[in-house]
Amino acid sequence: MSTVKDTAAEAAGALADGSTTSVELTEMHLDRIDAVDTAVDGRGIHAFLHVDREGALAQAAESDARRARGEARGPLDGVPIAVKDVLATRGLPTTCGSKILEGWIPPYDATVVQRLRVAGLPILGKTNMDEFAMGSSTEHSAYGPTRNPWDLDRIPGGSGGGSAAAVASFQAPLAIGTDTGGSIRQPGAVTGTVGVKPTYGGVSRYGLVALANSLDQAGPVTRTVRDSAMLHDVIGGHDLRDSTSIKTEWPSFTEAAAQGATGDMSGVKVGVITELAGDGWQSGVMARFNESVELLVKAGAEVVEVSCPSFVHALAAYYLILPAEASSNLAKFDAMRFGLRVTPDGDPSAEDVMRATRDAGFGDEVKRRIILGTYALSSGYYDAYYGQAQKIRTLISRDFEAAFARVDVLVSPTAPTTAFKLGEKLDDPMAMYLNDLATIPANLAGVPGISVPNGLADEDGLPSGFQVLAPALADDRVYRVGAALEKLLTDQWGGPLLDRAPELETDR
Amino acid sequence: MPEITRDEVAHLATLARIDLSDAELDHLAPQLSVILESVASITGVAGDDVPPTSHAIPLTNVFREDVVVPGLSAEEALSGAPAVEGNRFSVPRILGEEA
Repeated sequence: MSTVKDTAAEAAGALADGSTTSVELTEMHLDRIDAVDTAVDGRGIHAFLHVDREGALAQAAESDARRARGEARGPLDGVPIAVKDVLATRGLPTTCGSKILEGWIPPYDATVVQRLRVAGLPILGKTNMDEFAMGSSTEHSAYGPTRNPWDLDRIPGGSGGGSAAAVASFQAPLAIGTDTGGSIRQPGAVTGTVGVKPTYGGVSRYGLVALANSLDQAGPVTRTVRDSAMLHDVIGGHDLRDSTSIKTEWPSFTEAAAQGATGDMSGVKVGVITELAGDGWQSGVMARFNESVELLVKAGAEVVEVSCPSFVHALAAYYLILPAEASSNLAKFDAMRFGLRVTPDGDPSAEDVMRATRDAGFGDEVKRRIILGTYALSSGYYDAYYGQAQKIRTLISRDFEAAFARVDVLVSPTAPTTAFKLGEKLDDPMAMYLNDLATIPANLAGVPGISVPNGLADEDGLPSGFQVLAPALADDRVYRVGAALEKLLTDQWGGPLLDRAPELETDR
Repeated sequence: MPEITRDEVAHLATLARIDLSDAELDHLAPQLSVILESVASITGVAGDDVPPTSHAIPLTNVFREDVVVPGLSAEEALSGAPAVEGNRFSVPRILGEEA
């Protein structure tokens, strides 16, 4: 009997052996969404901005018909999925968590979405996010925050808090996220779920509304490493419509995860990053991290400490490069071709309309970053800030290169702390930015990374995450090591970490 | 020590085409100063010998086959427009009265 707690791989198995149907699976998740997402008294999870019941059920029925004809398109045909609201979905609203795109219905699909449709995954709806993916808490969504299923008064991470909370609260077995500085991995860490940022160029960015083109990367959000691998196999690969897409033969990530799931780590060299620990790192997070490293050693891994000295400058470099790219990307929201248009009184010019629209349509964080980016790119400051940040990017890539000459993968805690309270850092941008300390270097260097849940911190009983980073193109390694750690931990716990999450009150 | 004044923020907002109210300027200017102070730590970290990186995984000469592929129809392209007139985007006046 299938339940919403089944992993995507289990659901795929049940579809294959005929013990469930896609319509049944999809309906079950839609009912779960109704029960926990929009609950009475405004204390629902609020992972979704839009639910497409009718569309999802129609896609599920088509999947069932295909399967009955013996024409299933792959293992995940019929397994429902949620999609972050930053990916264009033909016929479904796409807001990026912003008022400036309220009601916009794209006339085309992002390549990732198109691949989901081709593979037969019914799309349940679009998930909440910080406006234009700017944030680490999902509180910067113009449509209200998402709540963490582990504690409804806490943040689910960001910017992809909606996708992470949706899988953590069993509203979807799979979701798509995007990671520019940690927006897949950090929400994974604080919600006890798995998230993967692929190698830059490994998954097409066509139709992903750009925050920072040189950093953005879409990837899987799931409850298990194997599910992420299966989803990555569906969405990855070269795309002519993205000029930064890498043309290469990717190995099967599902196989890499299966290899890791044996729990054998012999012959794998693991580097612990010196700079991603110390002051400001929560003791419970560090304790779980050190135990996880010990487990890998017991499983046969060789562990050494590796210094990446330039990582201390990653956060500063990122907060110059990102706003610079974002301020230029968001110039397209000019009230002329799509989105909101606010027309001031009198006889306003196009520029007056633009200024009024962008004031009304953008939230505080977006304004902060656009202004910061405009500053970083203005003459007189360009070399000192943007130019310098780009050089630091080179130094960070060199640190990775030197480290990967010595070890196969690098590891660190995914985020310095567990989930904080809603509202706690909303008006303190620098405190908010510090959450991405450990995840940003991977984006600057384009390398892949995974976050795997590795326990609960003693102080607060909230989930922490273990990050594994690999060289560019070696995404299979993050699946192998991630799956090994997951296997070792779940054996120890006697089940998945999410079994320990509190039951959500539902109105049924 | 970089300091960003309220006037500078107002000027940058004009460059970025965002109308900021006085209240917003009061709110955002000090926050931007704090962010700028924090990121200023990178000044002088990398010397002249370090080349800049714009893309971590650079690709050059990315071409596709020179064949026609389907694109959006005019109707689809206009479907999200705030105002449409005669199959075109309708926009406010671009020039001032004096022009």
